[in-house]
Amino acid sequence: MGKAIIKKSSLSISENGLEKRASSKRLEVLKTYKIYIGGQFPRTESGRYYQPENAAGKKLANVCLSSRKDFRDAVVAARGAFGGWSSRAAFNRSQILYRMAEMLEGRKAQFIEELVQQDATKAKAEKEVNLAIDRLIYYAGWCDKFQQLFSAVNPVASSHFNFSVPEPTGVVAVIAPQGDSLLGLVSVIAPVIAGGNTCVVLASETKPLCAVTFAEVLNSSDLPGGVVNILTGKPAELTSWFVDHMDVNATLYCENDSDTQKMIREKSASNLKRVSFYDKINWYSEEGESPYFIMDTQEIKTTWHPVENIAGAGGGY
Amino acid sequence: MFSELRRGSILINRIRNDEVCDTTGDEQSYNRRVNKKIMAVKTKKAVAKKSNTIKLKFDTSWTYAPAPESKSAATINKQYDLFIDGKWQQPLSKKYFGTINPANEEKLSEVADANAADVDKAVKAARSAYDKVWKKMPAKERAKYIFRIARMVQEKARELAIIETLDGGKPIRESRDFDVPTAANHFFYYAGWADKLEYAFPNRRTEPLGVAGQIIPWNFPLLMAAWKIAPALATGNTVVLKPAETTPLTALKLAEIIQEADLPPGVVNILTGAGATGAAIVNHPDINKIAFTGSTEVGKIIQRAIAGTNKKVTLELGGKAANIIFEDAPIDQAVEGVINGIFFNQGHVCCAGSRLYVQESVAKEVVRKLKDRLESLIVGDPLDKNTDIGAINSKAQLETIKKYISIGKKEGAEMYESSCHLPGKGFFCRPTLFTNVAQSNRIAQEEIFGPVLSVLTFRTDDEVIEKANNSPYGLSAGVWTDKGSKIFNMTKRMRAGVVWANTFNKFDPTSPFGGYKESGFGREGGLHGLAAYVSIV
Repeated sequence: MGKAIIKKSSLSISENGLEKRASSKRLEVLKTYKIYIGGQFPRTESGRYYQPENAAGKKLANVCLSSRKDFRDAVVAARGAFGGWSSRAAFNRSQILYRMAEMLEGRKAQFIEELVQQDATKAKAEKEVNLAIDRLIYYAGWCDKFQQLFSAVNPVASSHFNFSVPEPTGVVAVIAPQGDSLLGLVSVIAPVIAGGNTCVVLASETKPLCAVTFAEVLNSSDLPGGVVNILTGKPAELTSWFVDHMDVNATLYCENDSDTQKMIREKSASNLKRVSFYDKINWYSEEGESPYFIMDTQEIKTTWHPVENIAGAGGGY
Repeated sequence: MFSELRRGSILINRIRNDEVCDTTGDEQSYNRRVNKKIMAVKTKKAVAKKSNTIKLKFDTSWTYAPAPESKSAATINKQYDLFIDGKWQQPLSKKYFGTINPANEEKLSEVADANAADVDKAVKAARSAYDKVWKKMPAKERAKYIFRIARMVQEKARELAIIETLDGGKPIRESRDFDVPTAANHFFYYAGWADKLEYAFPNRRTEPLGVAGQIIPWNFPLLMAAWKIAPALATGNTVVLKPAETTPLTALKLAEIIQEADLPPGVVNILTGAGATGAAIVNHPDINKIAFTGSTEVGKIIQRAIAGTNKKVTLELGGKAANIIFEDAPIDQAVEGVINGIFFNQGHVCCAGSRLYVQESVAKEVVRKLKDRLESLIVGDPLDKNTDIGAINSKAQLETIKKYISIGKKEGAEMYESSCHLPGKGFFCRPTLFTNVAQSNRIAQEEIFGPVLSVLTFRTDDEVIEKANNSPYGLSAGVWTDKGSKIFNMTKRMRAGVVWANTFNKFDPTSPFGGYKESGFGREGGLHGLAAYVSIV
């Protein structure tokens, strides 16, 4: 467990000035993969873990098996972060998404290693990381532009100024793609937070490593705690809680299991969550990125104000 | 009570400008009765330095001679069949039910009660029209059909207004000046979109969804039919529409117009019926889209019912709008806006401003003026052109309202109702307000859908935002203040789909309408209303 990380790391013992004792084999430091709630890395409150394996049967890590309570805690964190994040300047959100891309770029090697552990070839892993970085840049650019594209000044017939703008819907619960464990994760998170929402994300069950490492990227990108919360665990256990919660405004589901989709629609009716299924998206292609993904978690708000109408000039039905 | 009273407001402005007042005129839609009474204005000596405070006198003996609209300008058949495939067809259910005038409980007509087999027949007609005609028709031609319907609605405006008032109980002034013209305008607006859809969704193409099943409520029967049918047709879909059980007549009149306009058979099918008919539409496997306006409760049932299907859905549901008055607001305009916000259409409005938040410093004054204004509202015969508040739509709704009024009393709120006389027959309710209402009271949390206002108070911006947003609903909201930056602070922070600042209950075909949270999803009206009826490819 974790050996590959150390072996392929560019760091060597000689750098730390302990060269004289280099002959003895150094014990590797294994990474603990924890969950990410409210900007912190707790273990699951349930104390449970699971051991995902790669195709070769190698255990990847002791990964937190998150519980319903973890999810509820994460929703509290996400709701708490919503006011601040949604009222940040769009430009500032753009800067932070760009910063996330920078941080990801800087830790490329680590992500490639983890993806390789999770059965990707080196070439495919490299491609996935590169695309994930580019996708963050893509949505960084949208943060302060999609509003202009999807807004309208409405030419009402009465003497009023009237305009419609998109606003974030609130807290979004995301069941991330199970396959593309980094690119898929980034592709669903980025449009949600670019639009000013906060979210709780359930990472890929079988390939959770880079989701947790991505949380470390988020944590060092000036992204306020609670904006993105990442849990690891089993969708079969957690999905129903993700759509049942009364303080969640929208749900994104990325698999094509029709029973689960039906359950999501049924349960999300409890407080009329907005539901989107991304089960046919190829995240590697151009269809994997567009401002319409941002709009899936936006509301349109229309504002009216009278225009003073002196001596009957204009206006009126 | 609504936007038509421009003449009245100009008069008021003049009086006010001459006398003392310097407020702007847009929102002053006082009714004629007040206009006349305002002649009897006198300035209170106690507040002499506050020169714009005026007191209306209500103790004079002005009464109005009846000014009823004539029923003879409208034709209502004794019985209506179902409008399927361009023809009037007898229901397979073989059943009919009566529809009454809620103002006198007299039967107006009887309409068919469509069952699942009738729905199936209508869906088949709509599918065939979609595949064979409507989908293939050049968009420009499609547009011209919708324009034609718009024109015919205008041509028959008077008849439609009368029938709307007879069947639903709303004041003729509202049917005539709001419901019917706005319905016609809605068809006009969306007609023009039909051949311009490639401009509506940047970098994408659109495709129609197929057959749309549409279920509409009883509060704005014709207008809601227009809100549903116009965008569906413009985007190339065909329609099966069910009007509400208590108000089917104007939708059937619209079916006559559609027939007269030579719209290809099956493009619009109109089925009357109750909840079971609606359920049959929602559950029909060959329907691609459900558009529903009604209660949040039924909206949730629909959301559950379509789980596991590919049906697209938009829901426009309930509301409990916060209407906020700050101390710096022009109080008279705000009071007028609040009155319009809650008593428009007897309060049968999903976006009604039913929770009033008044800043403490002006609460006393606002409540006094509200009570005065309540007294001056004319309640009675909906066909009378002087009537402000008509009949409650149905006996069941009147009972719901009465239930909430008694809940409000039991919860410890203080009730005040107009002393107006109510007609002996029909379903009527006095305009009512509650003061001393707590945030947790049911009359502050639940939708009453009647002429009942809950008044609450606040001190700070943050407090009122917290209270206003503390609701599962998020359809509309209002704010009254003279300070521009405060308006935007409030309108930005209120979690609602439509926010009126220094105005309330304004609607326009170009203006998107729809809710946040449990008030539903999707928008109707404007550019954004198109998205509900297309798939973006």
